[in-house]
Amino acid sequence: MTSPESVTPPPQAGLAIVARGVGKTFGTGAERVEALRGIDLSITPGEFISLIGPSGCGKSTLLRLIGDLTQPTSGTLEVNDKNPHQARLDRDYGMVFQKATLLDWRTVAKNVELPLEVMGFNSSDRATRAAEMLDLVELGRFRDHYPWQLSGGMQQRVAIARALAFRPSLLLMDEPFGALDEMTRELMQQEVLRIWTETDLTIVFVTHSIPEAVFLSNRVLVMSRRPGQIADVIETGLPQPRDEDTRESPDYYAKITEVREALRRLDRDVLET
Amino acid sequence: MRRGGELLIVTLTKASLFTLGEALLGFVIGAVVGFTLGVLFVRSELAERAFMPYVVASQTVPILAIAPMVVIWGAQLGMGQQLRVGLIAAYITFFPVAINTLRGLRSPDPTAMELMRSYAASGRAVLWKLQVPSALPYIFTALKVSATASVVGAIIGELPTGTRSGLGRALLDFSQQFGARPEKLYAAVLMSALAGILFVGLITLLEHRVVHAARRQPA
Repeated sequence: MTSPESVTPPPQAGLAIVARGVGKTFGTGAERVEALRGIDLSITPGEFISLIGPSGCGKSTLLRLIGDLTQPTSGTLEVNDKNPHQARLDRDYGMVFQKATLLDWRTVAKNVELPLEVMGFNSSDRATRAAEMLDLVELGRFRDHYPWQLSGGMQQRVAIARALAFRPSLLLMDEPFGALDEMTRELMQQEVLRIWTETDLTIVFVTHSIPEAVFLSNRVLVMSRRPGQIADVIETGLPQPRDEDTRESPDYYAKITEVREALRRLDRDVLET
Repeated sequence: MRRGGELLIVTLTKASLFTLGEALLGFVIGAVVGFTLGVLFVRSELAERAFMPYVVASQTVPILAIAPMVVIWGAQLGMGQQLRVGLIAAYITFFPVAINTLRGLRSPDPTAMELMRSYAASGRAVLWKLQVPSALPYIFTALKVSATASVVGAIIGELPTGTRSGLGRALLDFSQQFGARPEKLYAAVLMSALAGILFVGLITLLEHRVVHAARRQPA
């Protein structure tokens, strides 16, 4: 199983994310777990990339490496032509996790303002940005509500607004809709696509839903079981804008099948070894 | 029911207010010290490992053994009687505050900590915007424990300091008269309890103001 040509990073500047031979091993001795091995990838600015793979394949770990929440044990990563640490200090990352993690003593607007407070924006700038972001996620009239008064989907939209409030160039999303019901999930996918089209964000999206990955992305990176490697890269090539009709198009189904088969090949490889 | 020409209830109310003053002083000192220790321990594991055993050990030493030392050393340092009693009260009140503050500061979801990390937030910003607000319910629980403990601490502290105006002295005097006049001791005990209840009530009021109403709603 080799990394396909299309993900080998070309030697050029101006890429959003470049990984060269990135590996991550947790623990030592008998506890040693190799989570990722030899990850090469390059993501251009404005791309929407999904990472998909079986549980424990290290897709979240890869996202956390990109976001400087943990460090690789081998290889190098570059984000906006900087190391991830510098990119984090430059506030290049917005992050959204499976849990919305809103602060329950703050109103919706104050939650969106949290990163702005931390970054030293003045109060009128904060209020303007928060209002702007809440309009973007269509929650303007809930600005004075508390998190517990919102549904799971709405809470996640607040989390997205919060992640975008300081205008990062990258949005890293770790199974953000994993805890939502199917209907809400499809609405949220639509929302994220809309936001992505309205901004020039680069989005890296971790999911274990095949239709979700296909519907959202330009490219789907299929990861193998531990140690996680990039087994396949599938260009979805579906036209924009994508909407409910996209979900019923034959091309969409064809791509879903392609990703599913790529994942099944992984299982076959496991059974044969 | 008179003692030196004064109604017992008046004597005891005066004594209670006096003791509450000492207790409040001790409570404030204890709360500040406890909170500071909690913050120190959450920010430095080394400090926690170095000092936590002593913090725990301090509470296993009976206050009756500590009190005379505080009285004598405090006097040598030129402290007033009230401050010395306050220090004795503080000695037993700082502990629950320190332990609960530490626990509360560690209570935020790891995801919330990572979020702050992604904002490249300073340690101070993480502390004041995430950890302290998360710790407030824990801290107030400790403050209520400390409020009652500080009253008891003040009463005990009054004995070796020879404080004449407080509840400690009244309890001591009345217990000696218990055979002949049991109602006096009962009254003093009741007043001690009321003093504690009053103090806890004040903390609860403060809690309602500080810990936002939204947090008490079902999530």
